[in-house]
Amino acid sequence: MTAGVDLGPQAQAIRSDEDVVRVRQLVRGVAVAVKLSLVDQTKVVTAASELARNTLVYGGGGSVEVTTVDNGRRRGVRIVFADSGPGIPDLDLAFTDGYTTGSGMGLGLSGARRLVDEFEIETSAETGTRITVTKWSR
Amino acid sequence: MALSAEESGRLAALLSGQAERVTHRWTETVAGSLRGRLSQAELRRQVQDLHQAIVDTGQQGAIDLSADTAAELRATLSELSRGRARQGFSATETAISIFALKDVLVELVQEAGGDNALRDYVAFSGLVDEMGLFTFESFVRTRESLIADQAEQLLELSTPVVKLWEGVVAVPLVGTLDSARAQVVMERLLQTLVDTSSPYAIIDITGVPAVDTQVAQHILKTVVAARLMGADCIISGIRPQIAQTIVALGIEFGDIATKASLADALRHVLRLTGVESTRRQPRRDA
Amino acid sequence: MERVPILKIGDILLVSIQLDMSDQTAVALQEDLAERIVVTGCHGVIIDITALDIVDSFVGRMLSTIASISKVLDAETVVVGMRPAVAITLVELGLSLNGIRTALNVERGMELIAAARADELEYQLDDDPDAETATP
Repeated sequence: MTAGVDLGPQAQAIRSDEDVVRVRQLVRGVAVAVKLSLVDQTKVVTAASELARNTLVYGGGGSVEVTTVDNGRRRGVRIVFADSGPGIPDLDLAFTDGYTTGSGMGLGLSGARRLVDEFEIETSAETGTRITVTKWSR
Repeated sequence: MALSAEESGRLAALLSGQAERVTHRWTETVAGSLRGRLSQAELRRQVQDLHQAIVDTGQQGAIDLSADTAAELRATLSELSRGRARQGFSATETAISIFALKDVLVELVQEAGGDNALRDYVAFSGLVDEMGLFTFESFVRTRESLIADQAEQLLELSTPVVKLWEGVVAVPLVGTLDSARAQVVMERLLQTLVDTSSPYAIIDITGVPAVDTQVAQHILKTVVAARLMGADCIISGIRPQIAQTIVALGIEFGDIATKASLADALRHVLRLTGVESTRRQPRRDA
Repeated sequence: MERVPILKIGDILLVSIQLDMSDQTAVALQEDLAERIVVTGCHGVIIDITALDIVDSFVGRMLSTIASISKVLDAETVVVGMRPAVAITLVELGLSLNGIRTALNVERGMELIAAARADELEYQLDDDPDAETATP
């Protein structure tokens, strides 16, 4: 993985445990490149770790794409997680702290949402789940 | 807006023909508006620089403020507005330094006469307007960066983390706490705990006039984060109004130690550390 | 899969996590530690996470589980060296790591274990002189 100044979109498949580690490293590289503060880097990498694990465990694997974004004033990291799994039937429930169907602590989705600036989710039984998160530099 | 080559040539000729008189009249007009807050000599030098820059640019061909050929002129204008912004002049006072050129030009054009006098004056006047706006913009930019710098310095100044005792650090907070500042304080305090290997931190809010939900949340989060790192926080100097706010807002301070004053907080910590070091002798409780 | 080494120093097991652990590695560490506590009869476990630049909910849960397991096996676990940015993120994430004792660094962690151990020994000597010999 290289962390140049201008990064195009970088993709990573999520098929195994090791891929979750790779996603973390990829996101960290981009977060450093857009000069997020240390705390913000930590937050976005943690959020990416939670969401990548969700993609693996609940979505049955999928992919992630990391891009840099620029709104003219600030730069940021945008991460898109996509899987073709069964989707999330009850979103409200999934966002409840402590709710889990798996082996985690039930903080994945709700916790990750608190760690980023923008959080979008599209989910259905047919198309799977697609989560887009963005973290801006201060 | 750019002047044609002929117009530029005429402007340069007009200005350089009576250089001494032009700069003198220009300086006089500006000096009147600045009411003696800038020395005549300095003002004269600035006006001469500007005059020179306009003449030089005009002699090279068409004057277009956004073109490469006008780089020198733009630099002179920026320097003027930067200086004015730093010295505390208003935007109007800065722009007048440029607009004063119009008064001079109207005299010169009138004296020179000719068929295209009016058209020339309108064109010259347009250029002066453009230069004025450019000055205004760089004035604002300078002010903005000054404000940003000061805000940052203020943040640095207003969030000292001091070592109070072996293993005890304190942050005496003074002034209004907004979310950004609360965040800086939090990060700096936690880093100091690591750097000094101090297991106790005292957050003194005697000098904080008011606390809103967000700031209270920030303080709470700092305490919890410190605990995760293996350090304890004590909050001291909570004013009566703030205590009322905290209760009214329904913020749970839970089992966080609070003390009336910084001195009480330090005494509390020293007692705790004292207990720890003598703990091994007698049994504490049954 | 990589494994995290566990060092024995006196009565304490020291785990210094130096790599970005996969979930599998974390689970393996949990199992290895339980095993080592029993085999060595150590009464203290120090997990040094100075090198970790993130702790997510999975690793958080692993730390909690290790603390609970070691408690059952009569060993005290202390997590040391959490970075400020990691602590701030954990708070935001909503993870409180209940039941885990923490210290700023390994040295303070050892002091904490020694103090806890000293307390316990007194109680045991006072209340039941034979308790010390009954190791699981």
